[in-house]
Amino acid sequence: MSASDNMIPAPAVRSKPLIIRHLPYFIGAAVLVALAAGMQFDGYILNILLQATTFSIAVFGLSVVLGLCGQINLAQAAFFGFGAYAVGLGTADLHLNFWLCLVGACAITLVAGAFLGMSTLRLGGHYLAMVTISFQQIVTLVMINAVGVTHGPDGVANIRRPELFQSSQSYLAFCVAMLAIVGYLVWHLPDTKLGRAMRAVRDNELAAGVNGIDVFRTKVYAFAVCAVLGGLAGGLFAGGFAYVSPDQFSFAESIQFLTMSLLGGVASPIGSVIGTGLLILIPEWLRFLKSVPGLYLAIYGLSVILIIRFMPDGIWGFVSDAFTRWRAHTKAPPVAGALQLRPATTGGDIVLEVTGLSKHFGGLKAVDGVDIAVKRGGVHALIGPNGSGKTTTLNVLSGLYKATSGKIVLDGTDITNMAPHQRTAAGLGRTFQNIRLFRSMTALENVEIGAERPGNTMIGKGDDALTERAMEALTFVGLGSRANELISSFSYGHQRLIEIARALASNPTLLLLDEPAAGLNSTEKLELHELLKRIAAQGLTILIIDHDMTLVSEAAQHITVLNFGRRIADGESMAVLRHPDVVSAYLGSE
Amino acid sequence: MDLVLQLLFTGIGIGAVYALVALGFVLIFRATNVVNFAQGEFSMVAAYLMVVCVELGLPYWLSFVIALAGMALLGVIFNLGVYYPLRHRTYLPVIIATIGASILLSNSVLAIYGPQPQVLQGWFDTPGIQLGPVYLDSQYLLIIGVTIFLVLFNFWFFEKTLLGKKLQATSQDKEMASLLGISVSTMIMITFIYSAVLGGLAGILVAPVLFVSIQMGSTIALKAFAATIIGGFGDVAGAIVGGLALGVIETFGAAYISVPYKDGFAFLVLIAFLVFRPQGIFGERVAEKA
Repeated sequence: MSASDNMIPAPAVRSKPLIIRHLPYFIGAAVLVALAAGMQFDGYILNILLQATTFSIAVFGLSVVLGLCGQINLAQAAFFGFGAYAVGLGTADLHLNFWLCLVGACAITLVAGAFLGMSTLRLGGHYLAMVTISFQQIVTLVMINAVGVTHGPDGVANIRRPELFQSSQSYLAFCVAMLAIVGYLVWHLPDTKLGRAMRAVRDNELAAGVNGIDVFRTKVYAFAVCAVLGGLAGGLFAGGFAYVSPDQFSFAESIQFLTMSLLGGVASPIGSVIGTGLLILIPEWLRFLKSVPGLYLAIYGLSVILIIRFMPDGIWGFVSDAFTRWRAHTKAPPVAGALQLRPATTGGDIVLEVTGLSKHFGGLKAVDGVDIAVKRGGVHALIGPNGSGKTTTLNVLSGLYKATSGKIVLDGTDITNMAPHQRTAAGLGRTFQNIRLFRSMTALENVEIGAERPGNTMIGKGDDALTERAMEALTFVGLGSRANELISSFSYGHQRLIEIARALASNPTLLLLDEPAAGLNSTEKLELHELLKRIAAQGLTILIIDHDMTLVSEAAQHITVLNFGRRIADGESMAVLRHPDVVSAYLGSE
Repeated sequence: MDLVLQLLFTGIGIGAVYALVALGFVLIFRATNVVNFAQGEFSMVAAYLMVVCVELGLPYWLSFVIALAGMALLGVIFNLGVYYPLRHRTYLPVIIATIGASILLSNSVLAIYGPQPQVLQGWFDTPGIQLGPVYLDSQYLLIIGVTIFLVLFNFWFFEKTLLGKKLQATSQDKEMASLLGISVSTMIMITFIYSAVLGGLAGILVAPVLFVSIQMGSTIALKAFAATIIGGFGDVAGAIVGGLALGVIETFGAAYISVPYKDGFAFLVLIAFLVFRPQGIFGERVAEKA
């Protein structure tokens, strides 16, 4: 009998097929394509429209990497140039088929983007910013100096278009269609698994990792997608204008793409189109500014500073934010059934076996040869005075720190050398002492990311099953009715509960709770205690760290005590708490 | 062999400039956890200020003082206009704002002064001295001398003076520093002034060797950033060693491999370090704690 058979209520979440909900978008897009193909534009207008269309696609890339994933790319013009030169040199010099060149443009930028991303994205964001600037400079250098291949400063002329779209009008219609397709994909991306992972990485990398997301891979994907969109846009641009030269792909252009993205709103493709359209049209109206070299970019620079300061979400962000707030209070969340926890039981009687675990920071032995054996089912507490190594132990267990020595076995699997997201996939769930939620998302979305952990056997296929699981977990902690509210509107205690729900939704084998009672008032502590009982009643094993002795002594059946990084006592709760070493560690001794 | 020694001297000279700008990067990074992408523009603006003053007929030393005073002022404006309003946001908005500031500064100078590179003569009338097989250019000697002095000054200032210790305390733990009665915003202001002046000094020193141009800022900043990564991000000694190493590598690369791609070597070295030793020579400081 499968898990879903004995769920009591009927599936509470049901949504219309995607294709029907999004039909208006496709109708609108079809109308735009028809307009682009049918209306008679003069050459000037046509060029502006062609530029706006292709630039928008490149800016979509930034909305993925910067808006969704929170990583910077200051070389979008270089990727745009890669695409343009691939199509330019391919069709003009090598006389290759346009479509082949366009595919080549995407392939080259994919490789370049993935390589650049993989070399840098393990490191902090400032590395990425500087490396992309460097990359941009190198690409410009090569375009100008490798005259034999790129024709140097003269640029590439006589770039051809596909047979099918020889007239400028039909080519514009083709580009608008591409814009609509790519725009649809980018618009839909945040609601896919990859998109949610990107948002989680943007909001909190550590929490994303311990919720089963491969942070590095997600960032590389985002960066590669951005590069490919740049390449595609560049290829279309080259076909449209028949001539490209290095100055069109300089660092200044990368900054222009960035400004377009920020102005319109970095989080959405609609913002990209607004920003691109404005920054192409405004300069056409203010042509006199171009007579003074530099003035124009100086204004861009100033606008970047002002937008970041006063309108961080851009024009569209400002509009849609108001809309989201309004909707959050009107749209009632779906009703959910009871949460089922079915911790995996592949190993033996011991769920977590830690042997000889050490973590040294230089000369400091924060954790020194600790053994812990957590029995299946029930609550195991890890206690100790401040600085005894409890949180370090937890961080080594969840993979945020690498163990200096020792072995960690979770339910029969050796997880000692796994990355955080792999441990989560192996069945580890955790919460943080200082709450780490994804702040730009709703409570429901936060919990959905937990539910999406690789290897979670408790969710079915599709978005509806995911939402249902997340709703069950939120309802379990008592916050189901507020599922669609943003994290910032919850109290501290409720944010704690959302973190627990996020871990529960993933149906872990072992739940690590890092000081869950810290900062809670006495009523909230009682509620927490009740919640722990209800979790334990479903057979989920809990390893808890806390200072609150009442909570620990009432909830835990088994206690391990640390002091100065070493285990000083271990055993059944009451016996341990009376142990003379434990008493002296807490109260001091003569 | 003579050529090698000559190149080594030139490389160390140019590397010293990168080291000075890198030092400015590191100081701001340590105080605010933000990488200032306009650090190179400080050098460029100072060089232009210097050119303007010298053209007005002011004595060289007075021009020097005025240019550095101008940089101090720019440091204040930069802090108040770019960093301070965003200090409670994450690093990304701040980075983007400093990039915006970099674009604003370089293009404002372009709009005012035009695209032609300017020439600034060196501090000394004597062009240089011949020491055995090596010709020691006087401006390079000055650069190396000033860098050595500043490194020593920096050490003395941060380790031996109360103000230096307050600055260190601020960069290590802002909340605790403010609880101890240190004005965090004043300390950050001082850091910005100090690194603007350092960047400006580097620009003025290197101006007679290169041309004074709009691009000099971004070129120097790029190299200086590469230097900080090579040395180990956030490490003062690393910034200096990285800067010198990069200057030498680049000079030899230009002499033996390719001149047009001279500015590309820094990038290649950077990528190599990122792939094989991202923590740099001296190692980066540990990241966020859970």
